[in-house]
Amino acid sequence: MTALLDVQNLRVTFDTETGPVHAVRGVSFSLGRERLGIVGESGSGKTMTGRSVLRLIRPPGRIEADRMLFDGQDLMAAGEREMRALRGKRIGMVMQDPKYSLNPVMNVGEQLTEGLRRRDRIGRAEARDKAIAALEAVQIRSPERVMTAFPHELSGGMGQRVMIAMMLIPEPDLLIADEPTSALDVTVQAEVLSILDRLVRDRGMGLIFISHDLRLVSRFCDRVLVMFKGKIVEEVAAKNLLQAKHPYTQGLLNCLPRIGGPREPLPSLDRSGDWAKETA
Amino acid sequence: MAMIEIENLSVTFRAKGHEVRAVEGVSLSVSERESYGLVGESGSGKSTILRAICGMAPVTGGTIRIGGKALPARRDKAFSRHVQMVFQDPYASLHPRHTIDRTLAEPLAIHGIRNTDARVVKALTDVGLPPAFRFRYPHQLSGGQRQRVAIARALMLEPEILLLDEPTSALDASVQAEVLNLLDRLRAERGLTFLMVSHDLAVIDHMCDRILVMQHGRAVEELSREALAGARMQTAYARSLFDASADRLLG
Amino acid sequence: MTTAPTWRAWLTDPNPSSRRQARLGQAWLAWLRIRRNTLAMAGLVIVLLLLLVAALAPVLAPHDPLMQDLSRRLLPPGTPGNLLGTDDFGRDILSRIIWGSRITLYIIGLVAVTAPLLGLLIGTVAGYFGGWVDTVLMRLTDIFLAFPRLILALALVAVLGPGIENAVLAIALTAWPPYARVARAETLTVRNSDYIAAIRLQGAGAARIILGHVVPMCLPSVIIRVTLDMAGVILIAAGLGFLGLGVQPPLPEWGLMISSGRKFLFEQWWVATMPGLAIFIVSLGFNLLGDGLRDVLDPRSAGK
Repeated sequence: MTALLDVQNLRVTFDTETGPVHAVRGVSFSLGRERLGIVGESGSGKTMTGRSVLRLIRPPGRIEADRMLFDGQDLMAAGEREMRALRGKRIGMVMQDPKYSLNPVMNVGEQLTEGLRRRDRIGRAEARDKAIAALEAVQIRSPERVMTAFPHELSGGMGQRVMIAMMLIPEPDLLIADEPTSALDVTVQAEVLSILDRLVRDRGMGLIFISHDLRLVSRFCDRVLVMFKGKIVEEVAAKNLLQAKHPYTQGLLNCLPRIGGPREPLPSLDRSGDWAKETA
Repeated sequence: MAMIEIENLSVTFRAKGHEVRAVEGVSLSVSERESYGLVGESGSGKSTILRAICGMAPVTGGTIRIGGKALPARRDKAFSRHVQMVFQDPYASLHPRHTIDRTLAEPLAIHGIRNTDARVVKALTDVGLPPAFRFRYPHQLSGGQRQRVAIARALMLEPEILLLDEPTSALDASVQAEVLNLLDRLRAERGLTFLMVSHDLAVIDHMCDRILVMQHGRAVEELSREALAGARMQTAYARSLFDASADRLLG
Repeated sequence: MTTAPTWRAWLTDPNPSSRRQARLGQAWLAWLRIRRNTLAMAGLVIVLLLLLVAALAPVLAPHDPLMQDLSRRLLPPGTPGNLLGTDDFGRDILSRIIWGSRITLYIIGLVAVTAPLLGLLIGTVAGYFGGWVDTVLMRLTDIFLAFPRLILALALVAVLGPGIENAVLAIALTAWPPYARVARAETLTVRNSDYIAAIRLQGAGAARIILGHVVPMCLPSVIIRVTLDMAGVILIAAGLGFLGLGVQPPLPEWGLMISSGRKFLFEQWWVATMPGLAIFIVSLGFNLLGDGLRDVLDPRSAGK
């Protein structure tokens, strides 16, 4: 399986007035047309990793990597123009909260068709048809009505489905989903995930699923990377998650409350190991 | 004796010809030292009930009694010594320009309680924070640390009732475990009554004795902890909530 | 061990041991941030120069600003002894500009203290209470805002009589409405925060909440607004001086100097241009500083 994405020794550093902050410290992974989950808590660097692939980090942050290849193309050497051609068209990104990631002053139809019309020079009618087809693909039952709605008129689940539709219209090869269901209600999460699941499988896309929710990622992805303070501490197949060896992963699994679980204090993460102490 | 009694509560928000029925005809009763959970999705009205108890939501029907007494229309100072609240977002519930010391000392100053220094230091150690953090600003603390400060603040006036509005939703999983353990310990030590809101059934199950499932402002079903664990819910909605969370269990 | 590293360590101590240390530590970080912005530093330098010149005027000025020497009228800049030339009464322009900086500073100092304070108070009270309090106060603000500032200042000075104090009063009374607007807007945002709900739940009264919790959040916007407004205040004072209604001759107020130099603008351009340049430089300095402060004081960028 040729790697769709090959990342070697990725480093992301922010130069603040009080010194450099190392958000990502030497992350390496490769991805084929499969689903990779990146799990970590806040400060683990998982979001920065996702954004680095698209080179979406602005100064004072800088990205360095020994190698970052997307389908053979060197992402580190690509200029801004080439990155723009990649973003959206070949690599898509779905973010957490549609409230903040959808443009509040444009209606859904305009946002869905904007990329098609500007970048791909598709005519208005054809773009509209594609947009409606995309909305149907994410199981929105009355797509014409949603096309004229504004983001604030949509519920969370609906907004996120619009976001997914928007990202899938140009039919990218790789989708990076950064906490796509964290802002949604529990029952809606399941729906949106199953839609995402089906679409990714049908189109044979690669998926990077970034989340803080270990249980969710293990159910949804093929492989899981666990990140802590900018480094990958464990890489494991999703079905083997319960046999994870690294103390951080185990700690993360055990500290979650369970329905019907015991009433004793939850085991808390033991941060005394060496892995927890290194910072550079 | 019931600490909190809510009877047929209705809360309606009116804004320019637009009416939102946030809570409709909800009744519940929390006994002393009990931990009661409100569970529901967004728009269920669970957080609104907490705000209504605090006098921060427009109550349009029903009654709320605390400790057997009806509440005055405007909550007075005495109320704040019986009921306190821990808010959801640790990034928004502490004043960004005040040091932790000031945040903890202010309730004492408002009520003219002396011995501020000793009380502030004790409050910090009670929630597991080093007293050296006293003069830090909120942005110098992590989310979990801020939430501990928020809990310490809520307990400064030694209330009997603690209202908890999704206290761990904004926290990382590992930190959540620590904060939940802290809350459990404090409840046992101080004999507190908890009214806790969450969207996470697992958290509610771990923390609460009885649970009320809410949807669209209405009470759907009240469950005991055993019923929840045994999946013995009667309504379809409660079951769908259970399925959506329970099937994420591993193993 | 030298003393310099230890105070830096004291300022950046992650666990301050007093409120004062905590506050100074934050101020130090803010200073580090503003230091990175070259334009803001340029603005700061200009403002500091203004302060320095005003403080050291007796020492710096080569001549008496009020002494006339009709034998040395209208000499061009570069004349030995008169670096920027002389005006139509033979007074040295450089000295007049230097002494005039005191007047400028006096005016903007007074306005900077009174107008924002008044506006802050009105804006936060209006925003916090809402309802009819808000309506009344905001309509009052609208009335003051509706008049062009210079005209209103003129009217006030005409009623009160010319002179520097009345000019300052007039300017301050016209300058407060934008601060009230800004403060009210911030208050409306802050009012719904959880930390306000928390302090209300602790039994705090409105005065404590407004003064202790709301005002600190409005301060950054107001401070930025003040620095950006300084340019405008200088120009209005200059305008009043120009019209003969503010500071009276022979005081070396910059606007007054421009006014009296008007007659000679084409032949002896320096009489009006030099004070004009001084106003330009000081206004620019305040504008640059204000822009730089925005980056530092904006609560959205701080504390993340």
